[in-house]
Amino acid sequence: MFVNDLEHKKAPLEGEVRIPSGCAVSAIIDRSGKKMTGANVIRSIATMHDRSNGLGGGFAGYGIYPDYKEYYAFHLFYNDFQCKKETEDFLITHFEIVYSSEMKTRKTKGITNEPIIYRYFLSPLSKRLANSLMDEEQYVVKCVNKINAEIKGAFVFSSGKDMGIFKGVGFPEDIGRFYLLDEEYEGYAWTSHGRYPTNTPGWWGGAHPFGLLDYSVVHNGEISSYDANRRYIEMFGYKCSLQTDTEVITYVIDYLIRVKKLTLPEIAKVISASFWSTIEEKSEEDRREEIFLRKAFPSLLINGPFSIIFGFTGGIMALNDRLKLRSMVCAEKGDLAFVSSEECGIRVIEPELDRIYSPAGGQPVIYTLKEGGAL
Amino acid sequence: MDTFIPAEYEVVRNPELCIGCRVCERQCSNEVHKYDKDLGKMIADSTKCVNCHRCVCLCPTHALKIVKSDDTYKLNANWSVQAMNEVYRQANSGGVLLSSMGNPNDYPIYFNKILVNASQVTNPPIDPLREPMETTVYLGKKDVEIKRDIEGRLVDTMPPQLKLTTPIMFSAMSYGSISYNAHESLARAAEELGIFYNTGEGGLHKDFYKYSKNTIVQVASGRFGVHEEYLKAAAAIEIKMGQGAKPGIGGHLPGMKISDEVSATRMIPKGIDAISPAPHHDIYSIEDLRQLIYTLKEATAYTKPIIVKIAAVHNVAAIASGIARSGADIIAIDGFRGGTGAAPTRIRDNVGIPIELALAQVDERLRQEGIRDSVSVVVAGSIHSSADVVKAIALGADACYIGTAALLALGCHLCRSCHTGKCNWGIATQRPELVKRLNPDIGYKRLVNLVRAWSHEIQEMMGGMGLNSIEALRGNRLMLRGVGLNETELKILGIHHAGESM
Ligand code: SF4
Ligand code: SF4
Repeated sequence: MFVNDLEHKKAPLEGEVRIPSGCAVSAIIDRSGKKMTGANVIRSIATMHDRSNGLGGGFAGYGIYPDYKEYYAFHLFYNDFQCKKETEDFLITHFEIVYSSEMKTRKTKGITNEPIIYRYFLSPLSKRLANSLMDEEQYVVKCVNKINAEIKGAFVFSSGKDMGIFKGVGFPEDIGRFYLLDEEYEGYAWTSHGRYPTNTPGWWGGAHPFGLLDYSVVHNGEISSYDANRRYIEMFGYKCSLQTDTEVITYVIDYLIRVKKLTLPEIAKVISASFWSTIEEKSEEDRREEIFLRKAFPSLLINGPFSIIFGFTGGIMALNDRLKLRSMVCAEKGDLAFVSSEECGIRVIEPELDRIYSPAGGQPVIYTLKEGGAL
Repeated sequence: MDTFIPAEYEVVRNPELCIGCRVCERQCSNEVHKYDKDLGKMIADSTKCVNCHRCVCLCPTHALKIVKSDDTYKLNANWSVQAMNEVYRQANSGGVLLSSMGNPNDYPIYFNKILVNASQVTNPPIDPLREPMETTVYLGKKDVEIKRDIEGRLVDTMPPQLKLTTPIMFSAMSYGSISYNAHESLARAAEELGIFYNTGEGGLHKDFYKYSKNTIVQVASGRFGVHEEYLKAAAAIEIKMGQGAKPGIGGHLPGMKISDEVSATRMIPKGIDAISPAPHHDIYSIEDLRQLIYTLKEATAYTKPIIVKIAAVHNVAAIASGIARSGADIIAIDGFRGGTGAAPTRIRDNVGIPIELALAQVDERLRQEGIRDSVSVVVAGSIHSSADVVKAIALGADACYIGTAALLALGCHLCRSCHTGKCNWGIATQRPELVKRLNPDIGYKRLVNLVRAWSHEIQEMMGGMGLNSIEALRGNRLMLRGVGLNETELKILGIHHAGESM
């Protein structure tokens, strides 16, 4: 299967080396909560075809599993049926499996070497959960990490509720069609990613988005602070096994939201902090807050070029590095909001916009469902 | 019946250039140069020369040079000249050998075997001449609780911090071991640069309280010059548990360096050797250290960070971890190359470990234990250049202390005879006629120049790596590669070998 192929070629996998890559990102959200298929987001990312090189593409859709929204939706890549069996034995002893099936895909030109892909809707076994002395989310994260670290050939690439990540090796538009995102799924928000890695590991798990529970991150850039961020965040129980920027960024945001209980705008002030000289010019109150955040979390400043779109239940946040070393534009049209590496990725879906702008470096753009917007 | 020990260095005068002005004679406190009336020319007694280069620098016609003497004992790969001379010296005197400045012997310098990364293509370097490039760091505990007021705004719960505009400070050098003018230069430079200097264990001269915002005061085992006002004046208090040049022993200030002013500042008698004990007699274990830390915090109402300075010894990681759990805000680690005004030669040359290895282990251990956030780490012990600062920070330090480099800026030529109290450069001496050779108006500017120059270089290197904040460099070990290091050394440093990819 695919990993064996690679072993044969002796190309290092994601996690064995750090692979820099350039990319395209794009996202759409309907703030009224109205659902749409993945067709538009596919068109958006396809327009930026030249920003990818066919070595990775992926999507995250929010609100796509209304019938199972109480359950953790696990998406898994398997190398072979052996590791599938091992994984399912593990799942059965830790979760109630409400529904499981092979992921629906279609033969698509340009998509080859696909692994076995399965989906499970899960609910933690209450007894096991109670015995674990963890809260439910920690329990799920722990199980995901265990499968990914210990079962060779199995990889959980999506684990949130009422959301799903779909990714693989290929151009993003082909990956989108491969997973039938243009027909089978409807969500209120979609993010997408086209990858331009500098070498060819070609492992499906290494494509983006990277997810943790319902959080997903797509990212364009190569952060220079990687090892400073990684070594810091690993103090708190995270393990950066893929060695990708996206992985470490996801953990950093998860830590700041879930453990430190910071708000998204506060998080932006940590990971994409204003320069000290800019902070000096701010109002007394902002100054106090931003100096505090920089003093408290200096090692979580993410340095170097990046544009990220962070997806979460109920919204998306777009953020650039403090110098804005990667392009990113945002736009609005009625309830629809868009984020894209390039303007063309937005205009192709919606030529007439109410507003289009390029957020400054470090300025977070947060679009959430309106009050009453159906979840 | 002392054995004659030949001069290691020879004073060579070019008779064609010498104009007999006798500057060298007046400048040399070791009385090497002399005008010989009978011969009608200058002569020199090289056996007294310490090779401080004062005469060489001041000779108006550049007629002087100091060369390594070619006099030699019968060559022996086992018994070096130095080893033999030391035996003679001890047989002559019956005493412990004294030395000063850092360990000069041929041990590896790991900083020189580490190379730094730069950006190419996949991410852009940043131009420090055109973009902001932040070198500001805050030192202190970072592990704060997030609290909010009733309106949900963040409450500032930060414990006291030291703000440095650049990650460099002047390390502890006491008044007594160095001169009033040297201290004044350091204090004024620290103030101008927005950094800190450190009083060392010699107390704070009354004239220098005006620089207290940029002063770290030290509390050492001798408690010299420690009183309420002293503690309250400081920006931070450093408990000196050890020193890299002499781990395991206390300080020694020779009586001839204890002048009236030094005696008043230290609160000790004049002219008698001041010996601080090896241990703090109230600290025999880690829990005792905790008590002293909290005593000092109580005395200063929890408004000042407490630094604990230790020498880099074999078990430094575990010791640092203990200190981090004892309430210290900052740990300063001093490597075996660190300088001193006086130390027993055997200790200086044989005890301790390199700062690079100590730092790498301390940083890693604190992270493994999840407590790297409870302290800042400052390292010392032969930081030679801005490149060493960059490498130290990438290995995991928050900032560096410089001592020897600062003295070099003030004119020191590393003659390593500070313990004699006759420093021709006005630094490690208390003799008024020598002290006045160091003009603090010039000295402080030279220190400012040095630190500014290093800061520019740090910015250049950061920009090359695609970083614009020094915080993103801290502990960023992927930016480093070793050259010519073995597996064990690489493992301890936590870096890959050059040529290995990310
Ligand atoms: S001790 Fe210094 S000043 Fe005296 S001769 Fe030697 S180098 Fe010159
Ligand atoms: S401070 Fe003075 S005595 Fe000490 S090494 Fe430097 S020049 Fe020599």
